[in-house]
Amino acid sequence: MKRNKIIGLTALLVASITQTITAQVGRPNIHDPSTIVEDKGKYYTFGTGGGGIVSEDGWKWNSGGVRPGGGAAPDAIKIGDRYLIAYGATGGGGDHKGAIYTMWNKTMDPKSPDFKYSEPVVVATSDGYEENDAIDPGMMLDPVTGKLYLVYGTYFGFIRQVELDPKTGKRVAGNKPINVAIVCEAADMIYHDGWYYLLGTHGTCCAGANSTYNIVVGRSKSVTGPFIDNVGRSMLEGGGKMVASTISETLIAPGHFGRMVLENGVEKMSFHYEADLNQGGASVLGILPIVWKNGWPTVGENIKTGNYLIQSERRGYGLELAVDPVDMARSGGGFGGGARTAAAPVKPVPVQQVADVNKNWPTGDINIRISDYVGRPHQKWNVSPAPDSSGYIGGPYYKIVIAGTDRALAATANMNVISVPKFTGAPEQLWRIDQLTDGTYRIMPKVVPNSNEKMALVSIGDGTPALYKFDMNSDNSKWSFKLQ
Amino acid sequence: MPAMAFVVLVGLQLGAGNAFAQGPGPGGPGAGGPGGPGAGGPRRSNLPPIPLAEDTTHSITKHFIPSTPVKKAPDAKGFIQRWLVLDPIKKNLRGNSAITDTYLKTTFAAENFSPDFNAVPKNNSTVKVAGQELVWHALDSKAFNFNLYHYSYAANKQRAGVLFWLVTVINCTEEIKNVRLAVGVNSGGAFWLNGEPVLTIPGDKDIIVDNIASPLLTLKKGKNIVRAAILNGQGMCNFVARFIDDKGAPVKNYTISYE
Repeated sequence: MKRNKIIGLTALLVASITQTITAQVGRPNIHDPSTIVEDKGKYYTFGTGGGGIVSEDGWKWNSGGVRPGGGAAPDAIKIGDRYLIAYGATGGGGDHKGAIYTMWNKTMDPKSPDFKYSEPVVVATSDGYEENDAIDPGMMLDPVTGKLYLVYGTYFGFIRQVELDPKTGKRVAGNKPINVAIVCEAADMIYHDGWYYLLGTHGTCCAGANSTYNIVVGRSKSVTGPFIDNVGRSMLEGGGKMVASTISETLIAPGHFGRMVLENGVEKMSFHYEADLNQGGASVLGILPIVWKNGWPTVGENIKTGNYLIQSERRGYGLELAVDPVDMARSGGGFGGGARTAAAPVKPVPVQQVADVNKNWPTGDINIRISDYVGRPHQKWNVSPAPDSSGYIGGPYYKIVIAGTDRALAATANMNVISVPKFTGAPEQLWRIDQLTDGTYRIMPKVVPNSNEKMALVSIGDGTPALYKFDMNSDNSKWSFKLQ
Repeated sequence: MPAMAFVVLVGLQLGAGNAFAQGPGPGGPGAGGPGGPGAGGPRRSNLPPIPLAEDTTHSITKHFIPSTPVKKAPDAKGFIQRWLVLDPIKKNLRGNSAITDTYLKTTFAAENFSPDFNAVPKNNSTVKVAGQELVWHALDSKAFNFNLYHYSYAANKQRAGVLFWLVTVINCTEEIKNVRLAVGVNSGGAFWLNGEPVLTIPGDKDIIVDNIASPLLTLKKGKNIVRAAILNGQGMCNFVARFIDDKGAPVKNYTISYE
């Protein structure tokens, strides 16, 4: 396409950066990742075939997990001070004969002296004829009853649910499988606000960029279903409301859902992309926010590189530099610009640029305030992944600068925020941005100087920002990013 | 993860490496080789003894009831459970992504039991299609859907790489306007009403109730002929169909027969 080469190149660069912030970095290659578990500050997920990947920050992943047993599509859950791993002994191919095993470990750290898996026990089977594949387990510890449930199966017949003993990981004596869905794979269950949710993956797997995997959900007031979608269809009739489908033109076909509740209001979903074109089309780990909309989980997003109004949820004002605004030219003729004739062409008023105004800004640190947003340069923030590629669970640290400048937002030791003249990559200039379960965002500095406390950017007054402990129940702690 | 793709996946993932730090071991999952749970990759031969959960006899009556001349109502949700099904036509169709609009058009032209889309075959009659001698069977599904994989297993026919032709007769005591034929298929196919094409469904679709709906149609007073063609490369093969009104509610004021 020859049209506008410069714009095309810019778009390409932006797309590349955008890609970087939405997939995990390092070597996150995995298929059918287990729900991510944390152990002593490290994150672990296991995949089909054995082994797994590990991350020290939740953003950069590399090999290092150890999960014996081979087979396919494991899941992991921490119960008390132990980890329970479930996996399918086979890939579900051929005659659909399979078995699901569970095993315990006190730690996920292979270097720990406590690292030792218990002898695996069979908790579910498929005989090769019945309408079920005993692979693809997903576990949920019911927060209401304390009971442990496992769902498993593939497109071949039914997704089934059995109850396990949370103390032993074994099947509860006498428990019979219950059919809970068809068509799905990679099923999992979660609980939220009085509802049990059954998630599954529909579509075509394992065809690289030609895969059509997508994650759907139904819900029930009963842990055993029936799980109904948003238009009243049972998942036993193929029903399911979309949670996540292909995220972008390069991140294709998410499947194999797992949920992490980091704290009240901060949840993430893990899955794999069938293909990440920017990583050679390989299947890689994806982690994105969970946003709850009208009682349904849906995939959120990480902030993409761009220029934003950072808007407080408290009042709706925008974060800005505390500098004198520069008046813009006004049209003549009074309100409405006066009477116009057909012969008088409309002359656009140019948008104020940062170069028009920043020569009058102080050269040192500048305070930050929150005020009425009117689209001026001192109110537009460029947000992009920081170049050091460090991050947190599911996202990179960001640098936040005034658009068109290198003037960066920074945390101070007195629980305030300022702008410094130049972004240096110092940890107080790195920002964690999590989309919250209500769709708004939390903004946190990587560190507060001389403090070990985890603080968030808050509106302590309508016009005054500060750093304080995050409170999901307060709009003071929440922000929106409006692309400009 | 669909079973058939797993072996391919393992091959691909070995190249990628990281998720296989441990490695699937010699002859990984489903491929035999030393190992077992906790020992680097259980083989299929190392699966525990798994008793059969149910009768595995090839029996039509497990999932179907041979249709009778007595007209049948759609089920409580309007699903059409009675169909004349032709034995599967074997296709060299390994993957479902090959089921494109062009592929469907070519297939229906070349491997059709009759160019008359109002034709209603006789139950138990034989027809030759694509060089294959095939038999029509009038069956009532016991489930809301019509599972052709089950039919293939029961009839001891090919289960993968198949084209099924099906016909049913909708009997209306009066004209019913503004209805849609709503279907879900695994994996692709097409539907005709009274000789006219009303739905073409390419790709690797899932059996989902009301997944695809036709334009508004009219069911005429008397007999209405519905023909279906369902294709599948690998895996489960089934479909579900019902008529819905313009609000999406099931239409049920008709009967179903096979002649």
